[in-house]
Amino acid sequence: MWLEADAPERLAALLADRGYRVIAPRVRDGALVVAEVDGAAALPTGWYDETGPGRYRLARRPDSDPRAAERFGFTIAAQAWKPFLHPPEVRLLRAERASGGSLRFTPEPPPERPLAFLGVRPCDLAAIRVQDRALTASGAEDDVYAGRRQGALLIVVECGRANATCFCASMGTGPGARDGFDLALTELLDADRHGFLARAGSDRGRALLEELGARPASDLDLGERQRLLDATARSMTRQVDGEATRAALAAGAELPMWGSVAERCLTCGNCTLVCPTCFCTTVRDTTDVAGGEAERWRSWDSCFGLEFSAIHGGTVRSSAAARYRQWLTHKLGSWHQQFGESGCVGCGRCIVWCPVGIDITAEAATAVRQAARSAETAAGRGGRG
Amino acid sequence: MIKDVSALLAAHPVFAGMASDRLDFVAGCGWNVQFLAGEAIFRFGEHADRFFMLRSGTVSIEIRPPTGPTHRIETLGAGEVLGWSWLYPPYTWQFDARAMTDVRATAFDGTCLRDKCEQDPSLGYELMKRFARVVTARLQATRLQLLDVYGTPG
Amino acid sequence: MLPRPYRVLARRVDTRDTVTLELAPVRDRQAHRLAAPHGRSRPGQFNMLYAFGVGEIPISVSGDAADRGRLVHTIRSVGAVSEALCRLRPGDELGVRGPFGTAWPVAEAEGQDVVIVAGGIGLAPLRPALYHLLAQRERYGHVSLLYGARRPEEMLYVDELKRWRSRLDLDVLVTVDKATENWRGAVGFVTTLVRRAEMAAGSAVAMVCGPELMMRYAAAELLGRGMAAERVHVSLERNMKCGLGLCGHCQLGPSFVCRDGPVFSFASVRDLLQTPEV
Repeated sequence: MWLEADAPERLAALLADRGYRVIAPRVRDGALVVAEVDGAAALPTGWYDETGPGRYRLARRPDSDPRAAERFGFTIAAQAWKPFLHPPEVRLLRAERASGGSLRFTPEPPPERPLAFLGVRPCDLAAIRVQDRALTASGAEDDVYAGRRQGALLIVVECGRANATCFCASMGTGPGARDGFDLALTELLDADRHGFLARAGSDRGRALLEELGARPASDLDLGERQRLLDATARSMTRQVDGEATRAALAAGAELPMWGSVAERCLTCGNCTLVCPTCFCTTVRDTTDVAGGEAERWRSWDSCFGLEFSAIHGGTVRSSAAARYRQWLTHKLGSWHQQFGESGCVGCGRCIVWCPVGIDITAEAATAVRQAARSAETAAGRGGRG
Repeated sequence: MIKDVSALLAAHPVFAGMASDRLDFVAGCGWNVQFLAGEAIFRFGEHADRFFMLRSGTVSIEIRPPTGPTHRIETLGAGEVLGWSWLYPPYTWQFDARAMTDVRATAFDGTCLRDKCEQDPSLGYELMKRFARVVTARLQATRLQLLDVYGTPG
Repeated sequence: MLPRPYRVLARRVDTRDTVTLELAPVRDRQAHRLAAPHGRSRPGQFNMLYAFGVGEIPISVSGDAADRGRLVHTIRSVGAVSEALCRLRPGDELGVRGPFGTAWPVAEAEGQDVVIVAGGIGLAPLRPALYHLLAQRERYGHVSLLYGARRPEEMLYVDELKRWRSRLDLDVLVTVDKATENWRGAVGFVTTLVRRAEMAAGSAVAMVCGPELMMRYAAAELLGRGMAAERVHVSLERNMKCGLGLCGHCQLGPSFVCRDGPVFSFASVRDLLQTPEV
């Protein structure tokens, strides 16, 4: 179907009216973020981002530029949608101790308003689904996540351009979206027209299209979408061989690369903060001064922290090499064993926001190379007997 | 009696698999001994001219410092070999060994065996190999004991 | 998941720094939908115990898993939370979430000889397994308990050890690393007892628990006696916060120790245990 260029604003207003908490991209503090829409949606029209390892620039196209009217001319927001489904800080429960010593535990109520995400990139959609699998598998459901995820409305906007750090094509997560959304939009802008191809992925999506008065799209527009997505995919300069990397990491605990990456890695944990699939958390129990009321708070944690793997006796992963190895091996390796898929969706945020510009795609390639070399050496040794 | 002791040796991990004529030879250097509970078996500094195959009871390996109580380093029981200092110069005991309970053992003449090993190096090599295993197993266990793994760190 | 309130029924001091608490669920308070179910634990499982306002830590169940009325935990005071738990007295309340984790293979071991190797506080998570074996004694072959402690005064469950020792259908071998003057028993690291365990090595099952170093070497001794690595089981410990496989802290390679463990076959973790800082 086809929607005119004002579709995002109309959607935002409609959904807010329905009682959704609408989250959409906007420019704030020199970066592109996703935030709650306050009043009319202030989409970052004409804004675009340029990224590289350890590099992020946000700029606005001059009005003379034919692309200045683009609503979604950027690639991804600096932070994904994770903070809304998997909050950085959330209270899990309250506890009270009566004067006689008896304890009572009270859980937190679920959020009042459902979420509507407007402008989810296909890689970020894939990330949400990865977190769905990690946090709501049968037998161990994260109540906080489930409470926010349930009923969340996802409106995807496919990508018309890629950045230097994007590699969703090689991860099979973009630049187009196949399913898992309520609505998927593709922005088409040229001399003749500006609007969005729209596909519904659910009943709610179909109902929205009807309400907005979408009209059927032309074959020309559908073809244009495919051309655009193909061009975007082709323009990507980075890639990861998922299966080869997984295999290399499975036996890669002793590869020389861990020592070399450790010379650069600051273990600052930025990558885990911006990664849309990282889900590790820690808990903190607090009490009031009188000792009658206590709370348990949960907050994001990073495997790069020293205390992350601390047990009675010390920290298991104390070297930077071991901690980087843990992150990469989990993300591109053991995630497969745990959840049946890769933990990486190719958004490239970890490359952009690493202060020293460590490139996950380069490290993955190094792992594959070094694992192959190590296998050759072992075979050579064995053969010489 | 030699055949009884041979059979005892053959059944023991330290000597298992040794050729029967060699087993008989070693057995020929052996005789049965008994110690009463509390009796000293050997003392630090004494000439080490024998080793023992413990058949029953418990033996304690000890160090007696100039002051304070005796330190019991380790205990050995039935089926274990006691003593290897007979194989290596200066052929003196490095620790005390004391019977904690009544102990029955077979003692073997270390001097006699050593002389025979000098004449027959291949027998010597075989005994060295076998006793080395006893020493290394003991060393490994002692190292773990030293690590104090159950203790509170820091 | 919400903790359930439990009340301390009894408190027993085991050693200088270890306490055993007997707990019962507080029944007279309205249970919440999200509260952890009072599940019957299996030997080897653990609960998350919450000391009000201080924090929550994983502690293995150390009592009889078949006893639904009483929940028993042995706690060693090594940090703020465990210290707070050790200070609880009868009548005090704490929060309990669980049970979590995998269990000792007591069903799999039926028909075989069983060797239990415990080091230090490792006897606590193994006691429920021993209770189970003794309750169904006729289903098992030869059963041995090999127990090593640091010093005689740091041994757990001394009265029970004496009772077990007097049984004709159970071999109990005890050793200490460091003897005191009055100690009449064996001296030496617990691995030295493995040699003396009576078992058909080809088919026997071993359950090993204690400091990780001790488990590594004990497993090596058991394998040295001819046991299969798949039939030697260890109980591992990692930083556990949620008990549900959701917080990510307890990962050991691809496994979540709280969910895929803490009981693992040695075969499945041997390579991981040998790799430094994994």
